[in-house]
Amino acid sequence: MNINTTKIISLLFFVFSAFYLYTAYQIQVFSFDENAPFNARTFPIYLGYAGLFFSGLKLILPDPNTIKVEHKTLEYKKTIILVLIAIIYGATILKIGYFLTTSLFLISSYYFLGERRWMLMFLLSFPFVASFMYLLHGILDIYLRDPFLKLIGVMG
Amino acid sequence: MIEGILIGLKTALSFQNILMVMIGCFFGTIIGMLPGLGPMTAIALMIPITYGFDPATGLILMAGVYYGAVFGGSTSSILLNAPGVPGTVATSFDGYPMAQQGKAGKALAIAAWSSFAGGTLAAIYLLFMAPSLSKVSLSFRSPDYFALMILGLTAIAAFSSKGQFIKAMMMVVLGLMLASVGQDSLSDITRFTFNNMNLTDGISFVLVVMATFAMSEALTIILKRNDPTAAAKQVSLTELGSIKINKEERAKMLKTIPRTSVIGFIIGVLPGAGATIASFLAYGMERNLVKDDEKEKFGKGSVHGLSAPETANNAACSGAFVPLLTLGIPGSGTTAVMLGALLGFGIQPGPRLYMTNPEIFWSVIMSMYIGMVILLILNLPLIPYIARILAVPKNYLIPLILFFSITGIYVMSFNNFDIYLMIGIAVVATFMRLYDFPMPPLILAFVLGGLMEENLRRSLLISNGSWEFLWDRPLTAAILAVTIIIVGWQIFKTFKKN
Repeated sequence: MNINTTKIISLLFFVFSAFYLYTAYQIQVFSFDENAPFNARTFPIYLGYAGLFFSGLKLILPDPNTIKVEHKTLEYKKTIILVLIAIIYGATILKIGYFLTTSLFLISSYYFLGERRWMLMFLLSFPFVASFMYLLHGILDIYLRDPFLKLIGVMG
Repeated sequence: MIEGILIGLKTALSFQNILMVMIGCFFGTIIGMLPGLGPMTAIALMIPITYGFDPATGLILMAGVYYGAVFGGSTSSILLNAPGVPGTVATSFDGYPMAQQGKAGKALAIAAWSSFAGGTLAAIYLLFMAPSLSKVSLSFRSPDYFALMILGLTAIAAFSSKGQFIKAMMMVVLGLMLASVGQDSLSDITRFTFNNMNLTDGISFVLVVMATFAMSEALTIILKRNDPTAAAKQVSLTELGSIKINKEERAKMLKTIPRTSVIGFIIGVLPGAGATIASFLAYGMERNLVKDDEKEKFGKGSVHGLSAPETANNAACSGAFVPLLTLGIPGSGTTAVMLGALLGFGIQPGPRLYMTNPEIFWSVIMSMYIGMVILLILNLPLIPYIARILAVPKNYLIPLILFFSITGIYVMSFNNFDIYLMIGIAVVATFMRLYDFPMPPLILAFVLGGLMEENLRRSLLISNGSWEFLWDRPLTAAILAVTIIIVGWQIFKTFKKN
């Protein structure tokens, strides 16, 4: 059997399905429901077995359409930085507020992706976010929580 | 029905809804032109905005985005041989050679008129078919629905990724597993939450769509160093030439459009098939039907060859609404996203939709006509200008997609956990995309998961735990037989290849 990344993903999916199945059997059901034809754990149990079946099949069968990914050509650095910026954005958005964090998220993303035109970066962050906030909050009446704007008295 | 049509017209022709169709078509065209970003991403990005509207307006906006994206995909197929969406790959076979012959404007006009005619004819078929189908589907019972969902999931797995049926089925199972997280709908017992309160209500549908499409596509573009806007930069430089269609070309189109609209619509109605298969099938069928001298022009700029896939893919888009509106079961990934959005509005599409919410049912159908007209009169002359808007560098495009995705989740939950979960799912999805694991089956399964469990529960309780319900009724047995044929055929193909 040829081991390639697709097989490794299938193996991981097999292990995940086994864990899912184990957890499905642990679902607590009401005692009167224990022997019912269908209870809260029935469907997940079927899904667990289906996951084991398909990932097992993928593991066993030869893979004539092997996908070869040239990892050297992939841009891991920028992708990881972008994911990290998104995580920081997610961590601060509630505490600091939508306007400031979103604008900083956009500026830092533009920068790390290689942009250096500061004026354009500024226009496509602070004013852009302000207009979008106006569209959501002012026109569409979608609530946006923003402690920072509240603190400086811009938002009620 | 006349009353329904009038209700639909009244709703669809309101200023707000016409504006929404225009915005939807325009935005969809822009996204559709970008290779790699399809209608599902476009619709996903629109979901948070639709929550500010009533359901009819929200659905009209999403339908506009859908048609616009397919139309935009045709434009990049014709001008650059770089299809924006899979449904327009066949368009490039004759559209691109025509553009190379200096007839890009004509090719765009043929594509636009064919799309318009295909979409309009299909909307007429839908107009007459949907109410009758709704009545028929009232006789559907839980086992039939369960079997139909199995068929839909199997079909989308079979068609969504060529030669990768098992991978697609793994994604179906993963989608169903994700849908099972949270409280059980009947007993309220929590499942797979690991005592995390944030998971008690389950994983949000918008979160999964944003993560697996919008965010993951943005990360894939960066990871693979693709530049979707590079194609658009070339479009603005292209000399389009005249957009006039002569009498002979019109006569050819008039022969092609009626027959390919029918095939496109039928394929669109079938679960899982969609615009891609419809366009290829229509192209192949048309090649067999035309005279020998015309046959030789295929692949070299044939009017029939361009008109056929364009008519069929738009007809299929309208056809895909049939199972969604009449059965409440989406036939494609895109309509699955729409179903999820409708459920978010608290509306359950299905046979009773046109009785309980006629304004939604009919206004969506009516807005299809309006959408087609807008695409024709607004987008065709505007293509060079839209292309200029698209020349936004990827350094700006990607952060903006991420911004829309995260905002979508933020305005829905105001919860950090959901943002982390979305980023986590997006990273996994990006990695899986590299190895050709298709995402549409996951979305369809995620949307259908709850309904599927509900129908299986009812079926098993009625039959006292026996699986005989699968063949007790002829309709259930017939649906199941089709599913078995699809699975059998896929397994046969896999073994034959091996």
